[in-house]
Amino acid sequence: MTTLTATPTSTPTRMRSRRTWVGVLIGVLLVVLAVTSLFVGVSDVTPASLLAGGAQSDAAFLLVASRIPRTVAVVLVGASLGIAGLILQMLVRNKFVEPSTTGVTEFATLGMLVAMIFFPGMAVFGKMGVAAVFGLIGTWVFLRVVRFVPVRQLVLVPLVGLMLGGVVEAVTTFFAYRLDLLQSLQQWSLGSFASVMQGRYELVWVAGLMVVVAWVAADRFSVIGLGEEFATNLGLDYRRVVAIGMVVVAVITAAVLVTAGMIPFLGLVVPNVVSLIIGDNVRRAVPWVAGLGAVFVVACDILARVVRFPYEIPLSLVVGIIGAALFLWLLLRKKSRAH
Amino acid sequence: MITLDNVTKRYGGQAVVDDVSITFGAEGVTSLIGPNGAGKSTLFALVGRLIAPDAGRVAVDGMDVATTPSAQLAKVLAVLRQDNQVAARLTVQDLVEFGRFPHSRGRLTVVDRDHVERAIGYLDLDPYRQRFLDELSGGQRQRAFIAMVLAQDTEYVLLDEPLNNLDLRHMTEIMRLVRQMADDLGKRVVTVLHDINFAATWSDRIVAMRDGAVVADAAARDIMRPEVLAAVYDTSVDVREIDGRPVALYYG
Repeated sequence: MTTLTATPTSTPTRMRSRRTWVGVLIGVLLVVLAVTSLFVGVSDVTPASLLAGGAQSDAAFLLVASRIPRTVAVVLVGASLGIAGLILQMLVRNKFVEPSTTGVTEFATLGMLVAMIFFPGMAVFGKMGVAAVFGLIGTWVFLRVVRFVPVRQLVLVPLVGLMLGGVVEAVTTFFAYRLDLLQSLQQWSLGSFASVMQGRYELVWVAGLMVVVAWVAADRFSVIGLGEEFATNLGLDYRRVVAIGMVVVAVITAAVLVTAGMIPFLGLVVPNVVSLIIGDNVRRAVPWVAGLGAVFVVACDILARVVRFPYEIPLSLVVGIIGAALFLWLLLRKKSRAH
Repeated sequence: MITLDNVTKRYGGQAVVDDVSITFGAEGVTSLIGPNGAGKSTLFALVGRLIAPDAGRVAVDGMDVATTPSAQLAKVLAVLRQDNQVAARLTVQDLVEFGRFPHSRGRLTVVDRDHVERAIGYLDLDPYRQRFLDELSGGQRQRAFIAMVLAQDTEYVLLDEPLNNLDLRHMTEIMRLVRQMADDLGKRVVTVLHDINFAATWSDRIVAMRDGAVVADAAARDIMRPEVLAAVYDTSVDVREIDGRPVALYYG
């Protein structure tokens, strides 16, 4: 067979070494930011004060009770939300979806409200379970509805999701208003890690577990991302893999909602940035998305704590502003590539 | 052998595939021709277990498609549908590696890598292996998809309109490749083609469908007759002999 006239543009090896450097940079950044996050706050916790006071000091107590839990929670939330977005994008085969543009977050919030109304004394873990079940229903409803939207209508899919989310949110707000629960509702709709403490954040580990599930099943999600016909041809049980993906997305959404509240755009922006750098092979993308997601949220959380020091502004505000800007950039960039 | 026994598929009361019984797999290259809506793609979807028949049975090497585990079928049968839209940003190499999924379940062994390398080499895709699919031309992308089904290493390969949206040169290239796959690698290829001259030039057997039924099934030369083609397409087709080969003229 004759070879084609077009020649490859960039040499693969150079591209790959550049990718390695970006990967290393993300890793280093994550460590630096996480350590910084441990020492940012109103109370004086510094390496020096820790050394001076020893294990019994206030600084050490604060570190263990508040700073470490907060940092761990922030890292896990960032990593898992990115993964939730990545998996959802594979399931829907659309780059513009994430839990908050598909109604999943809104369904999970409704679940929280339901749990609060009917089982007010329920432990947080139980509430998260209810939220996860509602999130699962939300994912299912979205996937059903989206089936009627042609795959190529890239922007229509998230629009449908946003409308769906809007309807569910309206229902939630109505009942919360009638039952005088608006204030509690607001607690979740504004994402923040200010209240994260030892004993009150451990549920994010469940989200972390879902990241591991996503990594183990990574190749299956990649194949699903090729579409049902490819997946069937390759002997994959399409429905089962989609079901696993739905559980991963719903559980992450619920766990994050319970511990930190709503954090918009993250699940959308991070996988898209990673996709531009290394593509959509899920096995390769999982560590990147998790790492970059964590870096993004840790950085935003530090910013939220520093901007109006000694007060905190809600994290969702910082993430929202930066995320929206990044989202716009991605959107305009996509268009310029004539898709 | 791919065997269809009295297979029927209806959409809204209308039979798109109507009581079809046919066997594929004795010849190297078989082409399925026929007008739009004749049921060719539906037939492929039925064989490829993408849809279930309303009546009848489809079997591949004696394995009932409806009851045999999908993973097992994926080792003997590969189906490439038309107009493949892959939204995911995957490199050519990623895609071809996924072709090994039925064998590797995601963990590539030395044997798997060998198959991937051979498929990439066979389709001259080596310079493009690190390119993303959305950075390729239509012909290159089609070759990448074919490399994927080649890596799947199945005896039966079904290609649904592999020439869609390709220019003359790439059409010829793909058909030559299909021929090679049959002759050199022993594959049994079944394709859906719209250009009957391509079908006549490159295939051993042509099956013509119309209104969900098989209306002609013979060696290429016996299908390339004005009366047969007129009956299949419901339009007059002139057939001339050029350099000893039948050529259909249907340009009006």
